[in-house]
Amino acid sequence: MSNITLKVNGSTHTLDIEPATPLLYILRNDLGLRGPRFGCGLGQCGACTVIVNGAAVRSCIVPASSVKSEITTLEGLSSHGRLHPLQQAWIDEQVPQCGFCQNGQIMTAKAMLDKNPHPTDAQIRESMNATLCRCMTYYGIQAAIKRAAKVIADARPASGKEVAA
Amino acid sequence: MTASTGIPKRVEQVLTTHRRGFLKSAGLLVVSFATGAGPFTEADAQTGGATQGAGPYPDPDFRQLDSWIVIHENNTATFYVGKTDCGQGTGTSFRQLMSDELDIAFDRTACIMGSTDNTVDQGGSGGSTAMERDSWPMRRAAAEARRVLLEMGSVRLEAPVDQLAVGNAVITVKADPSRRVTYGELIAGKKFNVTLTGANVNAVTGAAKVKAVQDLKYTGQSPQRYDIPAKVDGSLKWAVDVNLPGMVHARNVKPPFAGAKLTGIDESSVRNMPGFVKVVTKGNYLAVVCEREEQAIRAARQLKATWEKPATAPFPASEDLFQYMRAATPTSASNPIVVGSPDAAFSGAAKIIEAEYETPFQGHTAIAGAHATADPSNGQMTIYSNDMKSYGMRNGVAAFLGMPREKVRVVWMEGPQGYGRTAADDAGCEAAWIAREIGRPVRVQWMRDEETAWDTKGPAFLVKMRGGLDANGRLVAYDYNARSCDYNHVGYNEADTVLIAQLMGSRRTKPAAGSSATPSDMYAIPNRRMVGEVVGLPMAWETPLRTGNLRDPNGPQSTFAAESFIDELAAAAKADPLDFRLKMLTADADDNGFRRARSIAALKAVAETYGWDARPSPKPIGNANILTGRGIAYSFRGQTVVAQIAEVEVNRQTGHVWAKRLACAHDCGLVVNPQSLRRTVECAMLHGLSRAIHEEVRFDTEKITSVDWLSHPTLRHADVPERIDVVLVNGDPNPNRPDLPPYGAGEAALKPMLAAIANAVYDATGVRIRRVPFRDARVLAALKAARV
Repeated sequence: MSNITLKVNGSTHTLDIEPATPLLYILRNDLGLRGPRFGCGLGQCGACTVIVNGAAVRSCIVPASSVKSEITTLEGLSSHGRLHPLQQAWIDEQVPQCGFCQNGQIMTAKAMLDKNPHPTDAQIRESMNATLCRCMTYYGIQAAIKRAAKVIADARPASGKEVAA
Repeated sequence: MTASTGIPKRVEQVLTTHRRGFLKSAGLLVVSFATGAGPFTEADAQTGGATQGAGPYPDPDFRQLDSWIVIHENNTATFYVGKTDCGQGTGTSFRQLMSDELDIAFDRTACIMGSTDNTVDQGGSGGSTAMERDSWPMRRAAAEARRVLLEMGSVRLEAPVDQLAVGNAVITVKADPSRRVTYGELIAGKKFNVTLTGANVNAVTGAAKVKAVQDLKYTGQSPQRYDIPAKVDGSLKWAVDVNLPGMVHARNVKPPFAGAKLTGIDESSVRNMPGFVKVVTKGNYLAVVCEREEQAIRAARQLKATWEKPATAPFPASEDLFQYMRAATPTSASNPIVVGSPDAAFSGAAKIIEAEYETPFQGHTAIAGAHATADPSNGQMTIYSNDMKSYGMRNGVAAFLGMPREKVRVVWMEGPQGYGRTAADDAGCEAAWIAREIGRPVRVQWMRDEETAWDTKGPAFLVKMRGGLDANGRLVAYDYNARSCDYNHVGYNEADTVLIAQLMGSRRTKPAAGSSATPSDMYAIPNRRMVGEVVGLPMAWETPLRTGNLRDPNGPQSTFAAESFIDELAAAAKADPLDFRLKMLTADADDNGFRRARSIAALKAVAETYGWDARPSPKPIGNANILTGRGIAYSFRGQTVVAQIAEVEVNRQTGHVWAKRLACAHDCGLVVNPQSLRRTVECAMLHGLSRAIHEEVRFDTEKITSVDWLSHPTLRHADVPERIDVVLVNGDPNPNRPDLPPYGAGEAALKPMLAAIANAVYDATGVRIRRVPFRDARVLAALKAARV
């Protein structure tokens, strides 16, 4: 056991924990977060996805002690009480069925749109391909991503200057 | 009327929390219910073990109106229903129907579902019966509440009921609308105390009649699902999020070989691991308990145990399965359904076609494994679970532990996809047993390999078909013979068949017979014989090839055969596949006109939506690398008719099949929420597509070898069609009838998809694939064999 410090959604936490513990169990069981979820423990499905340094990371296979940068979870996407455009698009399109995988879908889409704000259909399919849904909500997800991308693009000032999404 | 202090304790807690939620979020009522499973589960989960309600846990009385509806003083209502929502938005649809019958604004209502001590037992979910069966008692209860409130309003406003108007939970005198009273003012924190009648929960009714379909205001609209916001902002507390004081974590250690006997455990292999609590075992059931989740995962992997292989192989390898099924002696057979004289008709047929179709075992492989948390404090047992049949789980856990039923309750919370897996989800009984063994609350969660290998499976089907055409290409003789590998099909958390009981040595003297479906179309075939047989594997117990209900238990398999074969017959008759079907739906020999009329409407609607090009299959094959084609299939499930068209691209070099476009005409009678229905249908179609092109449980003669998302592929984003059209059809001969009923929606939409894909592949390539799934290697081999 040793002390590790994690910065999650703007808050800093110091925990006395076995350093090899996968990040997922700490986020869920110690910090009480409900966004990231256990799906496979193998990094294959994406249900546990969080964002670190702009990248979608599978927290079920990442040792907690290896994460030095700030972690954003699904709970951290909204700002000032406003849902992220992706979350809003998910509601507008009525995407989820059971919803268990949707954390991974939204977080993976967020990391993709941050890097590529205007993805083609083929890029969406490719970027999202390793994030699984067993209720098969893929068609709605792809529609919601396109809707959110448009909302984000429309909200961007004409100067082309980036605003926080 | 009695004061609210008379309300049973648990319900009172619900109401208190509820009212607080309403008051706190005035103007944003829906948000306070966006926590899905409802505030009471929050309260339960947060207060947890030490303060667990002392019980006994009541069975809410379905004959009491108060069990169904609570009107709050602020003129809002909460509906309590004995159903669970597997993600199709049924809770929202119940609210729409009940709001309509009660005459209250939809956004001033909430719905609480599926917890055994708070909601009447409607059985939870299953069989796509939510709207078809279970919405009726809800509607009648809400209609009765409206009638009772009108009577109360009549007394208060000193005017006869027929001179009153009601809308948005406000009663007014028609002649003088300034004379008004709200439902909340009439109830004033008290109860209805009205007894309903009905022999069982499905027959519950009051004196009031339900409204005509034309008078339903919210029904037929698409209010957004109330459960979705909390599913996308991370605030939903799922069953797997329950975290009780003093709670520990358990992980199962499954036999490494099917039928293996546990002969020794070396506890020293884990005793000194951090957080170790206990090894729990009985018979061949084995689990490790640790303080923290990751510790339990590690300990379960590290625990040394010795297992003895069974003397004989439990099952053939998956590649030999159909050969085995062909040779096996059936354990049971249905009485043949015979119409006309099939043998004589075959003798006189101009052309006879025969074919065999194979659908392997397919798993649920939910996105996360089975899980449950059990709290054994105060001599009670509370299970927090996503089991879709929470009421059945309560009975199963009580019987399994030998506890009185009234000391056991199941709190239903949301979880990963149901589709039948959580009708027998295993983890509830395991958590309860371990919790009692160690005297602490415990969460059990199955790992990925465990879930994929050991979840319940949809049965494998081998279907032999024979058809006889006359000289005019008319189908005059038909023979359908199905064999399903479904012996010992498991029930719903039965104390003697749930997996933990099997592993502990429980053996029912008469295992469930299983079933083997016949096709459900409405074709008027003059001479027809259909029979279903069931076969079993050598090992019936403790097997990872346990069959259970998987989204329309037998329909996708039987319809794959039946609707592929109709296409083969159409091709043999050189007829357009749609026209060939329609011609068999015009006669009225064995139909009352109703189902056949709706079949015709659905087939025509899907053809129009897609833009069907009438011609025989296959299409002439050119030289292109990508071959394209379209296929059609249709079936009934209960009273719901579904017709689907798939357009595919087949890559000649790789054998890869991509469904570029899907279209569906779906008639489930009364549509409650078109948007959520469309999404449900679309997702069911893609589930069918996944089963058509990817899914198969593979095994050697000792164990399942499909254990993760690499060894058990599923549909992914790249597989998704470019376009999906869902058209909702009302093909009722009297489409505007005021009593148009809703029929089951979800499962029916999966049923024809496998055949639609197979027929499209044939149209594109001229090659008939009769074995599911159509993975690249299989399709490529078939193309090469046919020199395509």
